[in-house]
Amino acid sequence: MKNDKPRKNAFLMFIHKMGSPPWFYNFTGKFVPWLWAGFTVLTIWGLYLGLFKAPPDYLQGESYRIMYIHVPAAWMSMLIYIVMAVMGFIALIWRVRTMEIMAMNSAPIGAAFTLIALVTGSLWGRPTWGTYWVWDARLTSELVLLFLYLGVIGLYKAMDEPRKAARAASLLALVGLVNMPIIHYSVKWWNTLHQGSSISMTGSKIDPSMLWPLLIMAIAMKFYYGANLITRSRITLLEQDLRKGWTRDVIEGTAGEHKS
Amino acid sequence: MLTESLRESMFSAFLALLRRDILLAFRRRTELLFPVAFLLVVVSLFPLGIGPGPNLLARIAPGVIWIAALLATVISLDGLFRSDFDDGSMEQFILSGHPLTLIVLAKIVAHWLVAGLPLVLLSPLLAMWMNLPLDSLGVLIVTLLLGTPILSLIGSIGVGLTLSLKRGGQLLSLLVFPLYVPILILATAAVMAASDGLPYGAFLGLLTAGLVTSVTLAPFAAAAALKISLS
Repeated sequence: MKNDKPRKNAFLMFIHKMGSPPWFYNFTGKFVPWLWAGFTVLTIWGLYLGLFKAPPDYLQGESYRIMYIHVPAAWMSMLIYIVMAVMGFIALIWRVRTMEIMAMNSAPIGAAFTLIALVTGSLWGRPTWGTYWVWDARLTSELVLLFLYLGVIGLYKAMDEPRKAARAASLLALVGLVNMPIIHYSVKWWNTLHQGSSISMTGSKIDPSMLWPLLIMAIAMKFYYGANLITRSRITLLEQDLRKGWTRDVIEGTAGEHKS
Repeated sequence: MLTESLRESMFSAFLALLRRDILLAFRRRTELLFPVAFLLVVVSLFPLGIGPGPNLLARIAPGVIWIAALLATVISLDGLFRSDFDDGSMEQFILSGHPLTLIVLAKIVAHWLVAGLPLVLLSPLLAMWMNLPLDSLGVLIVTLLLGTPILSLIGSIGVGLTLSLKRGGQLLSLLVFPLYVPILILATAAVMAASDGLPYGAFLGLLTAGLVTSVTLAPFAAAAALKISLS
């Protein structure tokens, strides 16, 4: 007899399987150590090149080296918000629980990157601009971004039922994503309106010896995000499914033998 | 396709809800005055804290009045869906068969008429207190007329999301203030430009664009938020 069930293509099948908690847990468990390893190697390499090999800046001296933390963190803070909102959108439309968990576990990581960008930025600002904080457009939008993250985290933590909380916080993240460009441009334009832009990025041309460590660090931070997100999500899944069969298999160490 | 009778029934539902909400608000007149009194108190604190220098007050007037309006709106927003949620009317609205977006829009309009419009009407008094030049008073009123509905519209999403929480009001301000940033910037920039004798038409145009966009999109988001809160 012929099987008349329509065959899904491999990609759709993969997406479908990722929605199943045991499958997700086992699949991600195989490569999460590699993500952590990639992060460690790239970070050591990038920091070594950035902190020891790259020449000092002719204007800023050694203080510019904080860039190798600051700039990747600032990039990640924005990237993670977008990724979180997109995952939240998927979670809202298709109600995929693993997506809800991934979106919600992205929020604290993104908030941490935003905080790191703000703190390293003000530490860098002290020797270069002579002040820890200016109401510059970039700084202000980064601060507003932190508030947006805190709103998502706050709403998620305030509700008792995790799935409902994740959907509410995902909707908030989505509303924030729609507003983000508006906030960014209004802030940018507010600053030029008031005091004229006195600060810009240190020239568009960066010497390759300074640029390479930056790019390596940027990739290292993406590995970190992936590794941290998956590690967190696996733990959240275990916590939420504590009373289900597949978690017992995992805890007793027989997960590989279990047919799911 | 909407048939004529269906469209008519949607419109009458909208009006009925609007009428009901305004009527309910006027039955509790004292509560109606809370946001107004709050606005007056907040604005009067600024001269006390900063000093009565007329030039300084005139300089910060648009910002102070707008921030006070923002705070007063958030204070009043908590009541937007609260009583309907507590007594079960919200479930009835959802079951009524009318689109929830329309019902939410009716409630937002009623909220603005009851809580937003008084702020606009009060602004000449505040402008006088803050020594705002008379020429820019008109622009201040226009920005408030365009801006306070946006505050109610965006705020309704936050209210919908925090509705099922015991202490939703405290979280609400964290959720909505970042979203209010562009409105605050545009509105105060318009009034300041008017005080300095600069053209301000672009700011009012952008505020109008914001109003049109939020009228179009915010009720859908607020309805989705309500459905999550009620699930």
